[in-house]
Amino acid sequence: MFGLDKKDTTMLLVVAIMALFAPFILNPFPADSAMAQFNAGYPDLMQRFVIFGIFAIGFNILFGLTGYLSFGHAAFLGVGSYSAVWMFKLLSMNVIPAILLSVVMAGLFALLIGFVSLRRSGIYFSILTLAFAQMSFNLAYSVLTPITNGETGLQLTLNDPRVLGVSQTADGSIPVTSLFGLEMRSTYEMHLGPWLFQFNAGYYLSALIMLASFYLAIRIFRSPFGMMLRAVKSNQQRMNYTGLNTRPYTLAAFVISGMYAGLAGGLMASMDPLAGAERMQWTASGEVVLMTILGGAGTLIGPVVGAGFIKYFENIFSKINDNVLHQWFAFMPDGLEDAMVFIVHPFIGKGWHLTLGILFMLVVIFLPGGLVEGGQKIAAWVRKKRNKGSDDTTTKTEPAE
Amino acid sequence: MDAILLQILNGLDKGSAYALIALGLTLIFGTLGVVNFAHGALFMIGAFCSVTVQRILTLSFETVDESQKDFLGNPLKVKTPYVESWFGPETGAAIIDWSVPIAILFAIPVMLAVGYIMERGLIKHFYKRPHADQILVTFGLAIVLQEVVKYFYGANPIPTGAPDVFKGSFDFGVMLGFEANAIIYPYWRLVYFGFAALIIGGVFSFLQFTTFGMVVRAGMADRETVGLLGINIDRRFTIMFGIAAAVAGLAGVMYAPINSPNYHMGMDFLVLSFVVVVVGGMGSLPGAVLAGFLLGILESFASMNEVKSLIPGIDQIIIYLVAILILLTRPRGLMGRKGVMEE
Amino acid sequence: MSNSNVTRRGVLKTGTMVGAGVALPTIFTASSAAAYTNEPTGSSVTLGFNVPQTGPYADEGADELRAYELAVEHLNGGGDGGMMNTFSSKALQGNGILGKKVEFVTGDTQTKSDAARASAKSMIEKDGAVMITGGSSSGVAIAVQGLCQEAGVIFMAGLTHSNDTTGKDKKANGFRHFFNGYMSGAALAPVLKNLYGTDRNAYHLTADYTWGWTQEESIAAATEALGWNTVNKVRTPLAATDFSSYIAPVLNSGADVLVLNHYGGNMVNSLTNAVQFGLREKIVNGKQFEIVVPLYSRLMAKGAGENVKGIHGSTNWHWSLQDEASKAFVKSFGTKYGFPPSQAAHTVYCQTLLYADAAERAGTFNPCGIVEALEGYEFDGLGNGKTLYRAEDHQCFKDVLVVRGKENPTSEFDLLEVVEVTPAAQVTYAADHPMFAGGQLGTCNSGS
Repeated sequence: MFGLDKKDTTMLLVVAIMALFAPFILNPFPADSAMAQFNAGYPDLMQRFVIFGIFAIGFNILFGLTGYLSFGHAAFLGVGSYSAVWMFKLLSMNVIPAILLSVVMAGLFALLIGFVSLRRSGIYFSILTLAFAQMSFNLAYSVLTPITNGETGLQLTLNDPRVLGVSQTADGSIPVTSLFGLEMRSTYEMHLGPWLFQFNAGYYLSALIMLASFYLAIRIFRSPFGMMLRAVKSNQQRMNYTGLNTRPYTLAAFVISGMYAGLAGGLMASMDPLAGAERMQWTASGEVVLMTILGGAGTLIGPVVGAGFIKYFENIFSKINDNVLHQWFAFMPDGLEDAMVFIVHPFIGKGWHLTLGILFMLVVIFLPGGLVEGGQKIAAWVRKKRNKGSDDTTTKTEPAE
Repeated sequence: MDAILLQILNGLDKGSAYALIALGLTLIFGTLGVVNFAHGALFMIGAFCSVTVQRILTLSFETVDESQKDFLGNPLKVKTPYVESWFGPETGAAIIDWSVPIAILFAIPVMLAVGYIMERGLIKHFYKRPHADQILVTFGLAIVLQEVVKYFYGANPIPTGAPDVFKGSFDFGVMLGFEANAIIYPYWRLVYFGFAALIIGGVFSFLQFTTFGMVVRAGMADRETVGLLGINIDRRFTIMFGIAAAVAGLAGVMYAPINSPNYHMGMDFLVLSFVVVVVGGMGSLPGAVLAGFLLGILESFASMNEVKSLIPGIDQIIIYLVAILILLTRPRGLMGRKGVMEE
Repeated sequence: MSNSNVTRRGVLKTGTMVGAGVALPTIFTASSAAAYTNEPTGSSVTLGFNVPQTGPYADEGADELRAYELAVEHLNGGGDGGMMNTFSSKALQGNGILGKKVEFVTGDTQTKSDAARASAKSMIEKDGAVMITGGSSSGVAIAVQGLCQEAGVIFMAGLTHSNDTTGKDKKANGFRHFFNGYMSGAALAPVLKNLYGTDRNAYHLTADYTWGWTQEESIAAATEALGWNTVNKVRTPLAATDFSSYIAPVLNSGADVLVLNHYGGNMVNSLTNAVQFGLREKIVNGKQFEIVVPLYSRLMAKGAGENVKGIHGSTNWHWSLQDEASKAFVKSFGTKYGFPPSQAAHTVYCQTLLYADAAERAGTFNPCGIVEALEGYEFDGLGNGKTLYRAEDHQCFKDVLVVRGKENPTSEFDLLEVVEVTPAAQVTYAADHPMFAGGQLGTCNSGS
């Protein structure tokens, strides 16, 4: 189907189904239970999962295929966001032109940076991209404030001169982003017994675009172009000796992955019309590197898994506080309850960084291929078990989102 | 003229910190081939050695003073450091005053141990792994280290003063024939520069003039051959890792009075020190030191008002701009060898 | 691709129809069954406390959280009631808000506008918070304020000092209890005049982002009105950790006062560096060289250690105030946690109480009702004397403290002493003041 082989089609379908039913999959616990803390099925986080998924998929096209480790990819995401918000301010609240402009702008920016940076390879390339991104961040934060609104971030105001649309709605508020009238923020809530599921228009648009990006990434991975990029990774010198100029290929990969980042940035701004400079900081660039490696660089699904993993920690673990802990352990006798809270306390809430750091280390140490390898190991183990005849084990695969 | 001299001093001082951190990074990369993203964290731990020694020296017992009230209106509990009660108020206060220099003695064994444990416990398993994995695992370690420090010391900066004799500033201007106050520079920063020069000199002479150093240098050039000669090069490299950690740590110890240490100071230096290492040339020790001072001085010049009014925002980007220019004109950095870290 | 597109839509529609029977379209939708966003239907109401828990302001965030927990305890009738007893409005009964038990969720802003908005969104979308509050920087406050306006919940803006929060970025759903750059200037100017005279040359070092600029503008305007001359305004990068190269030229510039428009870690380092360079021992133009830090925070002053001694600045509130309200608050906070509250803690405690009180008086959690109850509201008994929440820009007007680093602190908390309490009238400005121009409050949004 779609020009993919059977295995890839299955993967695409699995991802599609996961994305489609994410509001259910990510909300396994009843809304009023103590475990509801771990539910991730609310619009903002689901949007983030797929948007950062796109970002990581794009990054993987460069890093996974060519081996060029860019440490400045967040700059393209930032450029995309700024372009989109400016489009909302000046043209219309429709997300399509905004997303288009953000992809184009990010692409141009990537072309420029890529053209210069790709003159070097290895860590020299990484430092060049890092330097460009840090320069963009520092300038966006200070000197370029007229364009970026600096620290505060670029926001919509009530006096934006919107050419196709109104500056403010009838009741005096800022209009919201939409897709031909379908508001990105509109959400249907579905109460099913104690469960609450939320279906958000913005999420489904993002998920759709993520699937398209994922499909495109598969096609790139399987194309002769992708093969060429892999050849660059395994031995660029040999490629050069055969008289082939590899630069256009790597540059194309760089621009494509920059456009993916711009797309992610544009989508982010479409879901929530704000663009902050810290989106371009080196830590943000580092984050996408972590997502990709953590999930499994060079694999198709890995980056998406990694993105979900990191965003889940950032948004779920940081919100657990001592009160919540006491609720969890309430069933225990008092002394034990306090002891448990005391033990868990450093790892949650303000300690979520610590938990994330420890998990990074564990994954890198024990799963060199990233989480995907972990999933494969478990799958292989399960298969072996099943072959032996004991099929009472449950498959525990990482959710794609 | 005086403004330029002043900025050169500033640059040398900033450069000292950059050079020390970059030196350690390069030692680790040159010997073990490991990209250590936790190096900034080692610098931070060094600074917190100062804080810890200060805390230990000011460990206090409380006496209730009825004549004063605390913020709740209860009698005030006055804290007296044990050191002051043991050695008398004067000597005690003097010991506390000198807590940063004392911390050097404390930091050397601590940092050597931290480096040793890090290498044996973690880094050792990553020699054969791709650089990306090394970056990820050491980055994770850096996060863990800084979060642990944050857990015990909080997120706010902690004031750690230099001894009283080093407070205030020295007037170079008068010495050089300028008017008074034209070029003044804080004593402690001068001490820092001297200290950095000492450490850098120490590391170089250690490598240059000792047998151990000679073997290490040989190992850096061709690890395999040295190994074939029956020399246990791994063990020496482990020790070099400890030394690199100690260099970063000592840079941190002495840095504490310049800017109050906080838990994320390592991350602030991390990116910069990588830029320094790459500009200097991966694996080149003199390159790292040279680039450290060069970038420090350029950064200081860029923050001059005259320069800033010419190119707005130049002080925000100068380091990166220089890095880009150097990498485009001298592909392997200032003093790097060909073919290092290019794939 | 278009194939899968159609199917997905189809499935989406089916899903919607299945859900339609039991569905309550609420959040953000126009055709809503609920009267406003997150209308509390059960026996409790949820507030969202969004504070920095990681990053450089984590300690300030932790202190805010302590104050929030204390406020919730008091609202629910626990503890000694704190400032509820001194508050001029007696609408609060100690039985929660409008009879509903107060519950709260916490989040981490990371002092980044993106993360702060993500955290606030999860509170609104997942936890059903009717009010978001907290934060420790103006960028975050403005970003979250914009979000709350769109979502239709109330935002009570924690620690934010930029003129823009209630100036060009003001929003109908947002209120600020903290003072701002203009007020710092207005409060400091007379004190500086008394101390240092009218013939001074000021050199500004300013953090290069919006908050820094608005404060620089405010302080420069206030001191120039005294007759001071502004020698230079130098912007420093936010990421700067070492300010030596910015401080070194100060002495040669002919300036005799250094104004540090820095906050947090920047302030700690720039002040430490300035003192290191011995600026304070110098005599320039025949006058003692002086340093001014317009915005002080006790938590941050602690980081600069003894360098703060004798240095003047302004602050929103300080625990050593001797009015009944401040004493009551310090007592209940100090008893619970063992140390006195910071200005951030005081601000957010007040805001939680004020929100609750407004809801009681309005008889609803509807943001528009609360906005109405808070606009033009005058009260007393929350620690800064008579206070007004101005209707035009939702800025709070109250006394501002001018403080000085204490020479002989008796404890680790005793770092600042109050030099003067500047009355509210002196820091009040016209709602259309040019420093606050360019924005529109808009209308309240209840999300319905």
